Amino acid sequence: MTDSEGEVLLQVRDLVTAFDTDEGQVTAVDGVSFDVHKGRTLGIVGESGCGKSVTAMSVMRLLPQPMGNILGGEVLFGGMNLRTVPAKDMRSVRGNRISMIFQEPMTALNPVQRIGKQICEVLTQHNDYSPDEVWSKAVEMLDKVGIPSPEIRVTEYPHQLSGGMRQRVVIAIALACGPELVIADEPTTALDVTIQAQILELMKSLQRDLGTSIILITHDLGVIAETCDEVCVMYAGRIVERASAKEIFANPRHAYTQGLLNSIPRLNGIPKTKLNTIDGMVPALKDLKAGCRFASRSEREHEENHLTERPLFKEISTDHWVEACPVCVK
Amino acid sequence: MNGTGPILAIENLSMHFPVKGGVFRQTVAACKAVDGVSLTIEPGETLGLVGESGCGKSTLGKTIARLYDPTEGKIHFEGADLASLSRGQLRPYRREIQMIFQDPYESLNPRHTIGTIVEEPFVVQGMGTREERRQWVSDSLRKVGLNESAAQRYPFEFSGGQRQRIGIARALALRPKLLICDEPVSALDVSIQSQVLNLLMELQREMSLSYLFISHDLAVVKHISDRIAVMYLGRIVELAPAEEIYSNPIHPYTKALISAIPVADPTHEPDRVILEGDVPSPIDPPEGCRFAPRSGIPHNKEHLVNLPPFREVSPDHWVEDCPACLNKEITR
Repeated sequence: MTDSEGEVLLQVRDLVTAFDTDEGQVTAVDGVSFDVHKGRTLGIVGESGCGKSVTAMSVMRLLPQPMGNILGGEVLFGGMNLRTVPAKDMRSVRGNRISMIFQEPMTALNPVQRIGKQICEVLTQHNDYSPDEVWSKAVEMLDKVGIPSPEIRVTEYPHQLSGGMRQRVVIAIALACGPELVIADEPTTALDVTIQAQILELMKSLQRDLGTSIILITHDLGVIAETCDEVCVMYAGRIVERASAKEIFANPRHAYTQGLLNSIPRLNGIPKTKLNTIDGMVPALKDLKAGCRFASRSEREHEENHLTERPLFKEISTDHWVEACPVCVK
Repeated sequence: MNGTGPILAIENLSMHFPVKGGVFRQTVAACKAVDGVSLTIEPGETLGLVGESGCGKSTLGKTIARLYDPTEGKIHFEGADLASLSRGQLRPYRREIQMIFQDPYESLNPRHTIGTIVEEPFVVQGMGTREERRQWVSDSLRKVGLNESAAQRYPFEFSGGQRQRIGIARALALRPKLLICDEPVSALDVSIQSQVLNLLMELQREMSLSYLFISHDLAVVKHISDRIAVMYLGRIVELAPAEEIYSNPIHPYTKALISAIPVADPTHEPDRVILEGDVPSPIDPPEGCRFAPRSGIPHNKEHLVNLPPFREVSPDHWVEDCPACLNKEITR
């Protein structure tokens, strides 16, 4: 794949994140590795509970404390290992060089603060601007994300804006300091398709202008297909397949990826026919096996050793990686 | 009305909510959530209803189920006009029209066992002895693919997909003729979503049910529906067979909505019409074409004042005939 050329901005290697719960320690992310290239978009797709958000939170070191802990692996960014840098250094990265866009624009914004102030907060945190400068910067950011009459909007409160506008404000905050990497966790899930189209278009054009890299976390394969250069498919805490978007959709190799792609209704499909399904449901985190985790839902028979030994994560063709369970990957 | 004719025909149905304001909480405006909607559902048919949030599609579903008292209009069902019936008179019709809801976590009482939840419709309708009801509950649960031992358990013991099955079992317990599905798969994961959609299609064939299928996911609606109605700000702007509406949309809003669907194919180059802004407020909307402010098409005063007629432009293809909207393509 030629798409992945270019400098690597973020390298995640063998990341393991676990939570302490009443039922003991559960591993939410189990040995995840991926690269994010400069100016490109990496999609992470999977069902609820597969660990995609926890992966993002681990990179940002925003895990709930004291339950969430990174147990292993490296997060390499600009010569630093974000897993081990002191909290002070992490603060200067967070919101400045790496920032985040969340799903719910209403809960991501402070309801009792003017939106201008919320944009200023991140700007003053990381720069030495005078109050006037910072305010005009905030107006400029709102203008950049396509909010009409920004000089008026900047003094308004979140409840005065619609859902799509609020998400634009969240994006303005995320981009205020000109980050090198933006992690967008389900940025359009709470929005209507028409507004989703607006927001995705906005993110793409901002990426073109600013050269930002994006990690896009979503469960929507349509959104992945339209925006991502590279895709990781996650299942039960692991990446089961990783390749360019074109390759994943044209040539999925893992049984889970195939099942996922086959189960979505297509606009050009035959109406009122039976959809393909994946039987059963995602296993609970506390009863995960060491071996192939898709075994319990797979139509194909797994042998004992497939369930006890972790399958290798192998490159089966150039830049196409797959968790090579011999049963799930033919 | 057995065998022939539609099972449900609504005529000029409106649901306006009063907006209170001022010191004395007087009614200062009307929120016209549903405003003059007419449509029919044939026996065994699935009518898909799509639109953005706030367009009134859920309100329309709930009004048909008579969870609201409609402001105006008629709901013809089984030879009666449901809109004019009192609560007592409605009771026999309630078992014929049932609803399933979006959120499988909120639509089941957490303190009741599944048995009690699914039995409730029979109790309300005063049907059967305790023994018979227990048998019916087991039958209903089996029908939706659950084990009958589920009856002794509580909602929290089930996953989202299973809970949606319980909601379906409850709705189908009384063997209704019409099922109003309000975003039944929106809260479910992709792999679970297809399981529930398959179940709904199977049950429809088996029990010759009619569905009003409300959803914002146009790919899902396209897959399950025979005909599709597109709703905008309280009105139906276009109504046509499912294939027709996707291959030959006429109203600019339908075009924009369809073009906005992300396609799960990276080689697909979207030819996208991006609408500006959001759905405006349904409080005191324009009398005429409601899509005018968002369409990017110049409308003259007449178009904004006169209610556009809902016209059949080709067989079974109906569209709100605003001259400005239909004569020109949307410009970006």
